[in-house]
Amino acid sequence: MKFRDILNSGEFVITAEVGPPKGTDVHEMLHAADLLKERVSAVNVTDNQSSVMRLSSLAACYLLKERDIDPIFQLTCRDRNRLALQSDLLGAAALGIENVLALTGDHPVVGDHPSSKAVFDLDSVQLLQIIHSLNEGRDMSGNELDGPTNFCPGATVTPGAIPLEPQLLKFEKKVKAGAIFFQTQAVYELEKFREFMDYARQFRVKILAGILLLKSAGMARYLNKKVPGIFVPKNLIDELEKASDPSQKGIEIAARQIQELQEICDGAHIMAIGAEEKVPKILDTAGL
Amino acid sequence: MIVTKQKSLEEILNFLGDDEAIFLIGCRLCAAMYDTGGLPQVKEMGEKLKARGKTVSGFSAIAALCHGKNVEKEFSERAREVDAAQSILVLACGEGVQMVNKISAKPVYPALDTLFLGSVIEDRRFEEHCSLCGECILNLTGGICPVTRCAKGILNGPCGGVNEGKCEVGNGRECAWVLIHDRLKSQGKLDNIRDIFDPKDFSRALHPHSIEEGDK
Repeated sequence: MKFRDILNSGEFVITAEVGPPKGTDVHEMLHAADLLKERVSAVNVTDNQSSVMRLSSLAACYLLKERDIDPIFQLTCRDRNRLALQSDLLGAAALGIENVLALTGDHPVVGDHPSSKAVFDLDSVQLLQIIHSLNEGRDMSGNELDGPTNFCPGATVTPGAIPLEPQLLKFEKKVKAGAIFFQTQAVYELEKFREFMDYARQFRVKILAGILLLKSAGMARYLNKKVPGIFVPKNLIDELEKASDPSQKGIEIAARQIQELQEICDGAHIMAIGAEEKVPKILDTAGL
Repeated sequence: MIVTKQKSLEEILNFLGDDEAIFLIGCRLCAAMYDTGGLPQVKEMGEKLKARGKTVSGFSAIAALCHGKNVEKEFSERAREVDAAQSILVLACGEGVQMVNKISAKPVYPALDTLFLGSVIEDRRFEEHCSLCGECILNLTGGICPVTRCAKGILNGPCGGVNEGKCEVGNGRECAWVLIHDRLKSQGKLDNIRDIFDPKDFSRALHPHSIEEGDK
């Protein structure tokens, strides 16, 4: 079943992500994708994540598609102007890639090519509008397309953003612009996430909660210090600290969260960041 | 004002090359305000060049080096000093340098890097609030420009990089969209930004700009 149909089926949806290599050797990425294949509904492919130059997300999506994995094409506004964005979208459509996650993208100064020219011709909301327009058979200048696209558009939201209000206003704009699913930044405070869901439920969109696999107490503390919108509560850090095998504990925490999330939202998006081999174990532990 | 910064003496000496006699000219407006190209800085630069074996054929600083008539007048009055020089070093913004270049046939070099159009926040502190984009939306955004003050210049709210009101690019920069949100909220005008802003018309900022009286 296609990702879009699974979203609408009402079942709890699981997605995960892989990162393309920095180079041309795709073996590791494909190995990771193969491990996910039977266990998740779709696999996100990151697009120069954290502004670090890597193999293109579009090419990697096609490689996944060839292996019968439904890819979610992450597309950032950082690297492309409106011509390139639309052109890549048409390319994706022609290659049979149907899911797009519209992202603004990190600023290049935080990545490995800090002197590059930042593009940001459009923002994520406007990118969603373009996707809608391409689906209707027109480009953003109103020109008719020789064959429309058929994308399932998604976006991101950070339920733990501080301050939260501007983020929610933007979330509403993304809904208005046509996003039908959201994959959230990692959430560890489920009570706070529940409050977000109480608000988000008024919109007819699917929310997949972000699960970032914790590998150690040190990593959790690093996330708290460095990553906006992520807060790992003290009890989880303590749990990792006391565990004889913190890596195993991280898997247990992720599995527990997925179980709890089943009553709160529509799905979970697992970000294992290089430890994709652990995703099946997380799902086994969660009983999925 | 146009905010400028002096280039290093080594960089300047490098492009002056073997030219021995140099004429120096500064600007008494913007460059003088930030002490990068007023008369005292022109004199000081002259001394530094002399200490490195150059000759200064003459120096001056006039108001509005971007104003062609001013530059023509100054150059005709100082024709002898200018003629004696092999090249001209300009302590002004890029407009000033290019105006001098238009008026003199001699090689003209910049002594400053031109940074941005800035507001004077304190005596020695300048901030960029406007990037001359040609399409002002300050009426909707609570008087705070997202095109300039958001590192990504995005138009529909904060990106995911905002952290407790700060921008992901660091240096303590504030998130323009949090500022806009707070300002509009305090004025009861959040509706201003509920609708989706269209993609920006960058053709309005097509370089090079020119405008005449009739274009107003």
